[in-house]
Amino acid sequence: MKHLVILGAGTAGTMMANHLSHHLKRPDWRISIIDERTEHHYQPGYLFLPFDIYEPEDIVKSIEEFIPKTVDLIQGSIGKVVPGENKVLMGDGSVLVYDVMIVATGAKIAPEETTGMKGSEWHQSVFDFYTFEGALNLRNKLRDWKGGKLVIHITEMPIKCPVAPLEFAFLADSYFKHKHMRDKVEITYVTPLSGAFTKPKATATLEHLLEEKNIHIEGDFAIEQVDNEHKQIIDYGGRAIPFDLLVTVPTNKGDALMERSGMGDDLNYVPTHKATLQSKQYENVFVLGDASNIPASKAGSVAHFEAEILTENILRFIKGEPLKEEFDGHANCFIETGNGKALLIDFNYTHEPVEGAFPFPGLGPLRLLKESRMNHMGKLAFRWVYWHMLLKGTHIPFVSPTMSESGKKYEKAETV
Amino acid sequence: MEKVIAGKTIHVNEEGFMTDFKEWDNTIGEALAVENEISLTPRHWEILNYIQTEYKNEVPLSIRKIGKSGVVDIKEFYQLFPKAPLKTATKIAGIPKPASCI
Repeated sequence: MKHLVILGAGTAGTMMANHLSHHLKRPDWRISIIDERTEHHYQPGYLFLPFDIYEPEDIVKSIEEFIPKTVDLIQGSIGKVVPGENKVLMGDGSVLVYDVMIVATGAKIAPEETTGMKGSEWHQSVFDFYTFEGALNLRNKLRDWKGGKLVIHITEMPIKCPVAPLEFAFLADSYFKHKHMRDKVEITYVTPLSGAFTKPKATATLEHLLEEKNIHIEGDFAIEQVDNEHKQIIDYGGRAIPFDLLVTVPTNKGDALMERSGMGDDLNYVPTHKATLQSKQYENVFVLGDASNIPASKAGSVAHFEAEILTENILRFIKGEPLKEEFDGHANCFIETGNGKALLIDFNYTHEPVEGAFPFPGLGPLRLLKESRMNHMGKLAFRWVYWHMLLKGTHIPFVSPTMSESGKKYEKAETV
Repeated sequence: MEKVIAGKTIHVNEEGFMTDFKEWDNTIGEALAVENEISLTPRHWEILNYIQTEYKNEVPLSIRKIGKSGVVDIKEFYQLFPKAPLKTATKIAGIPKPASCI
């Protein structure tokens, strides 16, 4: 019996287990999925937790619930992978031998990469919201914060969900307005990028929104250190920005397992062919989701689109057929803009987000790159879609894995 | 769009980054540096040569990578190319703005 092993039972790994369980069956194939955790977190929910919009129980379920019964769920730690020998060495000393491996070990924050970030003010006045603990501690802090200088900060790119810190800024504006204390809070958005986002059209729209909400933006800021004593962040050029409350997105890195196994780059991301999702080093290893180094957004929607294409490529690989070079970097993200509204953006490797209608050209009902209540309803409905459709690998109607160009206002097709 | 600099015509995007590295030469580099208010020293050139080599080898550039390159640390990189060093250095080097930002 042949053996397919999936490393990681987060969004990407769980989707692959579900997809492949329909195709690779006993007695020919055994599928195993390994994760040391027992809980599956709906990570987009971390954004809403600090503002009391979601409760912890909205975003935490068990991993087991989403893994098909025909797949072996192994809940244990991994010591090391030896891809040259097709082996996974488990923490307890046991060894798994695989024919095909899928790496879906994700990305996580590494605050220790920045001097002083994990210092005396960590989770006192310096918070992250990319972990459950960070988001929850921040919620408790915000509940009785009296106001002052709120600094929302990105350490370096790439990060998971690059729009999340902007959404945090918009939701914070909305939150303090509802608490009748917006005039007591000065909000500054600090980014290593030159502007609000990575793509020009969306940047223009988002910067307009920041201005409208009286959120000051500081660009081109490459942080050197968090100065805990004077409560300020300082960049390599000596620019200092004071804070009373710092909400930072620390450096993101791939899993340390990739480093231990010699499979990662300098940030532990696995070098991956961007159109086929095959590892560049090992032909029987495939990578999807945040774990890879492909130049696509690190987001659940990307993993979802990848999963449909990767399923086909793994089946082709097993049959000895050439892989399809089909993945186009498709991402689709709701951006919460506060006050019950949201934007929606749809883009890929070559096409930046523009205005238009989604998913039906000309009709919508969702509007691209424009604020609307319908988009906000879409974002909230997405949690249901995530738990009930996305993880199970159910195809989401009308949304194809590769991006559609119809119904969108492109000036010209250009590489961005 | 086209731009005339150091007596030569080059192609640049709306942010002023050259779109065809083959058009670049040292005199254009010097002129682009002047436009960005930097007078190039041998130390600047070491870094410009390094990032051009990385570009030719298709290695994606980031501040982090340059800091770990052994060529220059981030602090000095900032002193040589103030404010936004990676952006300024790549602009002078005649290569596209790094897409380290997705």
